[in-house]
Amino acid sequence: MLTFIIYKSILVLIVFLISLGVAAYATYGERKVAAFMQDRIGPDRAGPFGIFQPLADGLKMFMKEEIIPTVSNKFLFILGPSLAMLTALMAGVVVPWGGKLAIGDHYYPLQITDINIGILYVFGVVSFGVYGIMIGGWASNNKYSLLGALRASSQMISYEIAMGLAIVALVMKTGTLSLGEMVAQQGTGGWWNIVYQPLGFLIFLICAFAETNRAPFDLPECETELVGGYHTEYSSMKLGFYLFAEYINIFISSAVISTLYFGGFNLPFQSHIPLDGNWLVIAQTAFFFGKVIFFIFFFMWVRWTIPRFRYDQLMNLGWKILIPLAIFNILATGVLMYALGKV
Amino acid sequence: MQLTNRKKVVVKKEMSLAEKLYLPAITNGMVITMKHFFKKGATVRYPEVKREISETYRGQHVLKRDEQGAERCTACGLCAVACPAEAITMEAAERKKGEETLYREEKYAAVYEINMLRCIFCGLCEEACPKEAIFLTDRIVPTDLKRGEFVYGKDKLVEDINHRIDLSGRQTKEVLEFKKDKTKAHNQTWADKQKLLKENKHH
Amino acid sequence: MLLSQYLFFFLSFVAVLSALMVILDKNPVHSVLFLIVTFFAIAGHYLLLNAQFLAVTHIIVYAGAIMVLFLYVIMMLNLNKEIEPHKKNIPKVAAVISAGVLMMCLVALLKGAEVQMLPAARNSNIGLVDSLGKVLFKEYMLPFEISSVLFLAAMVGAVFLSKKEIH
Repeated sequence: MLTFIIYKSILVLIVFLISLGVAAYATYGERKVAAFMQDRIGPDRAGPFGIFQPLADGLKMFMKEEIIPTVSNKFLFILGPSLAMLTALMAGVVVPWGGKLAIGDHYYPLQITDINIGILYVFGVVSFGVYGIMIGGWASNNKYSLLGALRASSQMISYEIAMGLAIVALVMKTGTLSLGEMVAQQGTGGWWNIVYQPLGFLIFLICAFAETNRAPFDLPECETELVGGYHTEYSSMKLGFYLFAEYINIFISSAVISTLYFGGFNLPFQSHIPLDGNWLVIAQTAFFFGKVIFFIFFFMWVRWTIPRFRYDQLMNLGWKILIPLAIFNILATGVLMYALGKV
Repeated sequence: MQLTNRKKVVVKKEMSLAEKLYLPAITNGMVITMKHFFKKGATVRYPEVKREISETYRGQHVLKRDEQGAERCTACGLCAVACPAEAITMEAAERKKGEETLYREEKYAAVYEINMLRCIFCGLCEEACPKEAIFLTDRIVPTDLKRGEFVYGKDKLVEDINHRIDLSGRQTKEVLEFKKDKTKAHNQTWADKQKLLKENKHH
Repeated sequence: MLLSQYLFFFLSFVAVLSALMVILDKNPVHSVLFLIVTFFAIAGHYLLLNAQFLAVTHIIVYAGAIMVLFLYVIMMLNLNKEIEPHKKNIPKVAAVISAGVLMMCLVALLKGAEVQMLPAARNSNIGLVDSLGKVLFKEYMLPFEISSVLFLAAMVGAVFLSKKEIH
């Protein structure tokens, strides 16, 4: 029991630190990717190639003056970014980061907990994520913040539906809600789920962009219209929390996308690879992080390519295109499964 | 009336299915950004690498000295009059005996100030100067934290006697040729004049 | 006492307290937030009863979607003390009477109910999607379909109401 608790605590700590570390370096990565795509160099002053830039940024955030507007609701003003950070970090619990490490006689799975409703848990945490933005935006007592908060809530609710429907089709195919089992299915025979659910993947990807408030769906913080959107009034580390939460969300959604549609930690042609035991587990985890980093890069790639949607276009895309498509996807999946005798 | 034949009538035409899907356009855009990702950046890493600038670049001003080291400026005020930004102020003073090696003319600028925040670096002062005293150089005015620091006095403007600034690149061949002609008063230093005076006495 | 019993009392305490705060707090936004806390406490109760699926859907649907809309509307209306309209006394009396009637019904119901201990050794898979789906589509097929028709009617009604202004 005690070893179990220690092992889980260590795992939780590692996932927590990795989430923070990846998020910190994602900010650096974002600036570099943006720079390269615009034929620039990007941050290169702090350390070789500027790799200490996240530390400098973090330090700057801490040292900045903390301003809480007198007309704001103080408790909720502080609760907002805390909730954003909390919900961003919570989803990492159910993601399977790797296989089972063997130490001595015991096996230690690299997944904090494989609850049997894993995918719904992720979905629940994501749906709760909007509160951080809403509460922060409302508590600021600023019209731009409020507009940002309202936009965030309607956007997130709209895209959650399409996302949920995309997941439904996937769940129909896999027949399980547990992320661990989904990965196992994709490993032992059978292709990655992207082969079976290309349309579902596309819908899920678009919704993931909308749920993380990333361009082209970054209307809640749309600088050109709303100053800074929901975080207009925020300064210092509370602003840092909001910005950081966005990058953690990107990291987690990349991990979830890799898990659901790209085989999780499975290597391609795994049975032909002459690795076994812990080496295989380490290779798998490394490969999983490779996929995750690719998707983080993809998020940035899209951000620096596509301009922001107009608000009515956003709603049209969500309600009139993605939701019907997702329903069609469910129907098509059902028909195909019936026709192929998989039911 | 038709001015050019480049006119193009804009029609709002129905989009084709591929255009309506937007996905082909998005992939197109993403290919373009990816191409740029691997392109070499155009950035010049400034403090280490300096961009080549023209010899006639109009940067920070200098108040020249002549060959002997005397300040050329005679505080005539033409530069201040010419200045469209009214950045130049000066106070004149009379040269005392024994200061002939310091000031070339009998009148000189006791105070000469240029407000670098007002200055638009147009170079009209340089053109107005009859004494070849003020020039713009290819140096860049450094940044500072206080506004007051940008009012440059003679301490910053007059060229250091040990580190002369070569301005031959800014002058045309004819001017350089003319400057060699020591018979012209414009090109004579105080020492030259003394020498001529002595020679005249001999005769 | 077992750990689950401690959890039960803790969750019940949180649920009742925050439910009280929903009606006692003057600020409508605070009320909504307390209601969300209540929903979380109830979701915790579902978890204690091995109904994970129900717990998560409860959070997704109520805390994650419906309450967001509540909050949305309240933020839009911008209710605060200064512009609160003066309420007449008749609605207050009506509210007290209807709430009292509801209270009486509840008390009467609970008084007649037997206190049943849940069987200790419950199947821990009872709350999973599999078993839930089987129960829904076999034993409760008709009510399930009827409620889905109700939802459909509500959806059509919502669309109709929002489109009405165009005519």
